[in-house]
Amino acid sequence: MTSLAPFLIFFVGAIFVLLTRGVLRSIVLLIIPIIGAANLLAMGEGVHLQATLFDYSLTVVRADKLSLLFGYLFHLAAFIGVIFSLHVRDTVQHVSGVLYAGSALGAVFAGDMITLFVFWELLAVTSVFLILARRSEQSFRASMRYLLIQVLSGVILLAGVLLRAHETGSIAFDFIGLDGLSSWLIFLAFGIKCAFPFLHNWLTDAYPEATPTGTVFLSAFTTKVAVYSLARGFPGTELLVYIGATMAMFPIFFAVIENDLRRVLAYSLINQVGFMVCGIGIGTALAINGAISHAFNDVIFKGLLFMTMGAVLYRTGKINGSELGGLYKSMPLTTGFCIVGAASISAFPLFSGFVSKSMVMVAALEEGHPIVWLALLFASAGVFHHAGIKIPFFAFFAHDSGIRTEEAPRNMLIAMGLAAVLCIFNGSYPWLLYSLLPYPVHYEPYTVAHVITQTQLLFFSALAFCWLKLTGLYPPELPSINIDVEWSYRKALPSLARWGLRLGRSLGGGLSTQLQRAIEQFLRQVYRHHGPRGVFGRTWPTGSMAFWMTFLLGTYLIVYYIQ
Amino acid sequence: MDDQEKRHIFDDPQNVKRAIHALYVICGLSLLADFLIKRHIDHPWEVVPAFYCIYGFVACVLLVLVAKEMRKVLMRKDDYYDD
Repeated sequence: MTSLAPFLIFFVGAIFVLLTRGVLRSIVLLIIPIIGAANLLAMGEGVHLQATLFDYSLTVVRADKLSLLFGYLFHLAAFIGVIFSLHVRDTVQHVSGVLYAGSALGAVFAGDMITLFVFWELLAVTSVFLILARRSEQSFRASMRYLLIQVLSGVILLAGVLLRAHETGSIAFDFIGLDGLSSWLIFLAFGIKCAFPFLHNWLTDAYPEATPTGTVFLSAFTTKVAVYSLARGFPGTELLVYIGATMAMFPIFFAVIENDLRRVLAYSLINQVGFMVCGIGIGTALAINGAISHAFNDVIFKGLLFMTMGAVLYRTGKINGSELGGLYKSMPLTTGFCIVGAASISAFPLFSGFVSKSMVMVAALEEGHPIVWLALLFASAGVFHHAGIKIPFFAFFAHDSGIRTEEAPRNMLIAMGLAAVLCIFNGSYPWLLYSLLPYPVHYEPYTVAHVITQTQLLFFSALAFCWLKLTGLYPPELPSINIDVEWSYRKALPSLARWGLRLGRSLGGGLSTQLQRAIEQFLRQVYRHHGPRGVFGRTWPTGSMAFWMTFLLGTYLIVYYIQ
Repeated sequence: MDDQEKRHIFDDPQNVKRAIHALYVICGLSLLADFLIKRHIDHPWEVVPAFYCIYGFVACVLLVLVAKEMRKVLMRKDDYYDD
């Protein structure tokens, strides 16, 4: 069976999107993921495309159960995202959305790490336009920070890959595991895209600044490519258990006090990815199945929640909890879809989160991580609190903001409806999803104990919300922002740089000639030992040159940003 | 706007009260279920009667109160980064 490379259909499709207008473009946009899905369904497991680059033989398309599952998922996400954005008359957004989805497909089917690197960077470059397309000063700045951090992740990945190729002679993208510098660099690169704690702020900074439709695309691909990469390269890495548990925990505190409802969802995205990362770290068949199936469900329900908030932003021009409320009166269908998304992310029985998140939690107990299990349970109660209740409550209910608007456009309603149906289908009939998972599933989600305990956890969380609201203890939605890690590079670092510059100027010229002389002396010494005739010059490997080149590029990026 | 604002379901405070009472009833029922049905136990902590009810409630109250305290340190004006 000959199949096309999945990314190629999207890349070629993007050209047709660029060349067409109006109804014809809508048809092209809808057909791309359909052709892609048909191509993928016909594609069996195995290597489908190889190429040669210099001395390296590249495996451009490698399909196995893991990559195929993400392939199906990304087609589904692209299809829903395209429907949701059909009303948009903006070539930039349409083209970059399709290219971005294609890049994600390229990354999950990459059989070697050079190919992975290429698509890793393409993900960054194609998606940034979805933020830029908001066309405001604020989104422009956020998009530049986003691009910088994403490209940096790619540069670190390349450094790791080259170093690893030098050490092991292989660029294959299989199990890596943490041993030695190269694997740590690759781990770090994955960690940035996966929004590990302290490396997470690009996500909560940039996603809420994208267009109403752009965020729906963004939420589906980048972090899930990172989850896929971790599942491929670092399953069973214990460090990930603790990183994942931290990711599940800390964002919920920020989400409770955040005013921008799309930023609340961005924090909650990190919280959900935390469950996946934790599952990958546990590494048993049950845990990996849990992580992967939760990634699948998360793309749909988080996409649905971002769509409902996108619809609200599109119709009202507002997205802050402090300015919204009472919208169930004018957007009843969107309200209903939002509640389905909220029930799914909260893992109510019969909704999709219920059948996947618990696999990770059971695995945590089975593998002797009771504290992690408690943390995940805390996060489960917390996610209901901030995403399950807060989002629908402050947007659609709460006090009536007086805003009267129209229901979302029909294409948005269809996209949200489709996602809502999938949430309920996967929650009520999980066996189709289970059959696609990398390992055979022996897990039974609908036991009496699971249904009762989950219901208790959720309803008593709701009771807590109710009690806090009625007693006035619940913090009000305020027009404000909360500082996070980004404070270090948006405030502290620029201040430090300005201070350094002032200091340098005030110290005057005398010092600078002395400094110049010292540098020249140092360079002469380096040249003597490390130059072509130097002792150390004999051991120059080309690999190390490539490594330092990428290191320099990375440093340049940072310096450029600070300036 | 034009149809003289038809009254919606939660415009009536009675309905809000009903919704809250429904929540109380559901919580009561799920609590009752804990004593009627012997649920499967994976970990000794789960033996505690109404473990999930207590944990869910306490976790959420704690979450909100801690987050509220965090505001004192983290909250800034909307235009904090704009200079």
